[in-house]
Amino acid sequence: MAFISVFDVIGPNMVGPSSSHTAGAASIALLVHKMTGGNIEKVKFTLYGSFARTYRGHGTDKALLGGIMGFEADDVRIRDSFRLADEKGLEYEFEINTEETDVHPNTVDIEITRRDAPPISVRGESLGGGACELTRINGVKIRLRGEYHALIISHQDRPGIIAAVTNILSVLDINIAYLRVYRESKGGQAFMIIESDEEIPDKAVNKIKKSISLDDIMSIKRQEV
Amino acid sequence: MDFISAADLLRVCGEENITIADAMRERENTAGESNPELTESKMKKALNIMRESAHSPIEKPFRSQGGLIGGEAKKLNDRALSGKSILSGAMSKALIYSQAVPEVNASMGVIVAAPTAGASGVLPAVLFALEEEFGLDEKTVLDGLFTAGAVGYLLTRNSSVSGASAGCQAEIGSAAAMVSAAAVAMMGGTPEQCLDAASITISNMLGLVCDPIAGLVEAPCQSRNAAGAANALISAEMVLSGIKAIIPFDEMAQSMLKVGRSIPSELRETAMGGCAATPTGCSHKCKIFSTQGE
Repeated sequence: MAFISVFDVIGPNMVGPSSSHTAGAASIALLVHKMTGGNIEKVKFTLYGSFARTYRGHGTDKALLGGIMGFEADDVRIRDSFRLADEKGLEYEFEINTEETDVHPNTVDIEITRRDAPPISVRGESLGGGACELTRINGVKIRLRGEYHALIISHQDRPGIIAAVTNILSVLDINIAYLRVYRESKGGQAFMIIESDEEIPDKAVNKIKKSISLDDIMSIKRQEV
Repeated sequence: MDFISAADLLRVCGEENITIADAMRERENTAGESNPELTESKMKKALNIMRESAHSPIEKPFRSQGGLIGGEAKKLNDRALSGKSILSGAMSKALIYSQAVPEVNASMGVIVAAPTAGASGVLPAVLFALEEEFGLDEKTVLDGLFTAGAVGYLLTRNSSVSGASAGCQAEIGSAAAMVSAAAVAMMGGTPEQCLDAASITISNMLGLVCDPIAGLVEAPCQSRNAAGAANALISAEMVLSGIKAIIPFDEMAQSMLKVGRSIPSELRETAMGGCAATPTGCSHKCKIFSTQGE
């Protein structure tokens, strides 16, 4: 059983009204904001299940848009996220999908258009109590909760990539807590997710970028309380 | 150091001659790999958010997202000030604060989920009512929060704090049990008495269903926060008078879980039964969602 902290019970600190429909939604979008380093020109959210049915009464739409702009789940600016997005010139769109029912009840797909980088789509699920998990990137099933500092590396499935990446991290003395690999098909689109207790420095990211042929590399820094 | 049941917790408190609050702090700093400064500063942050959310709507009422609630804390406060209130002392203050926090929550303000957003008014209500009524210092109130946290942790681990799994008894009932233990600790009771109060509170709220109108965290959630706070004060007062719980906390926690499992799904946060399924509840739902702009 995972450790239950006193702050799992007295917490999370959050913008209301719902830990699953508001705080969890903001946290999903915040992870996507961190993945893209905030490089977002346009965003489209597709809401499923209970998100699709009750988003307005729970402010799920405001929470998602706030998270995409980098707001934490307890940032009161979430209340004004539509106005703030308009002021920033961020283009956004919401789609409600009530037909697809074979999904977790609180699911959102987030499609991002970036400047000078390929578009990216992410699926997130709100698990309750403010916790969330990313479950797909560009259609490939993955699993990422944002509990650690992480690197998300998009590459083609071929021999030697994992060794090349972990070798660079080892030379820089970065300890890997978890490493998971996912792929669409043999030799096809693949993702490697590396999680670490320590922050992964930008020089590691740059070195990996320079020396290995990858499709994309994204770094998520864990929130420090 | 760790403990996994109330019996276990009481053993630790007895052996080390410490309070429940200090046992919970030690658990966080050892098993939870935190440190005393960080643990204390995080709890102070939570306390400050609770304080703001319990007071701000008295001056400046908020309208909820769904439009079902708003302005209740100010109305209650105005009446208390008029001198005509049928309640007094801690009970009167707890009622006001219990309604304030759900107003903040339902209008997208910042609250501390304790243990959930829907039940976020129960802890602040009792903590601040006692703090003001008895002039308690911050350390005593923080001790109250850690005591509440210990009970909430035991319920999370061994029972449920989720309305979708076990009904409102697991949300408002758990919050009330948590803060009844806190109230006893803050007023100088023993660890045994804290857990006795929590046990009595659970037994008094056993079976409460979760039936939010339109599926929103507004009504009857807001007034149930008042019911939870009142129940917590009642059990704390009973225990401090020397009354003992007949059923031990660990057995009550198990019982709440069993009762929760036997509550039909219509009455577990699906908005298909209870208040939500009344003709008036349904018509509110239609009105709210017809303005959702689809």
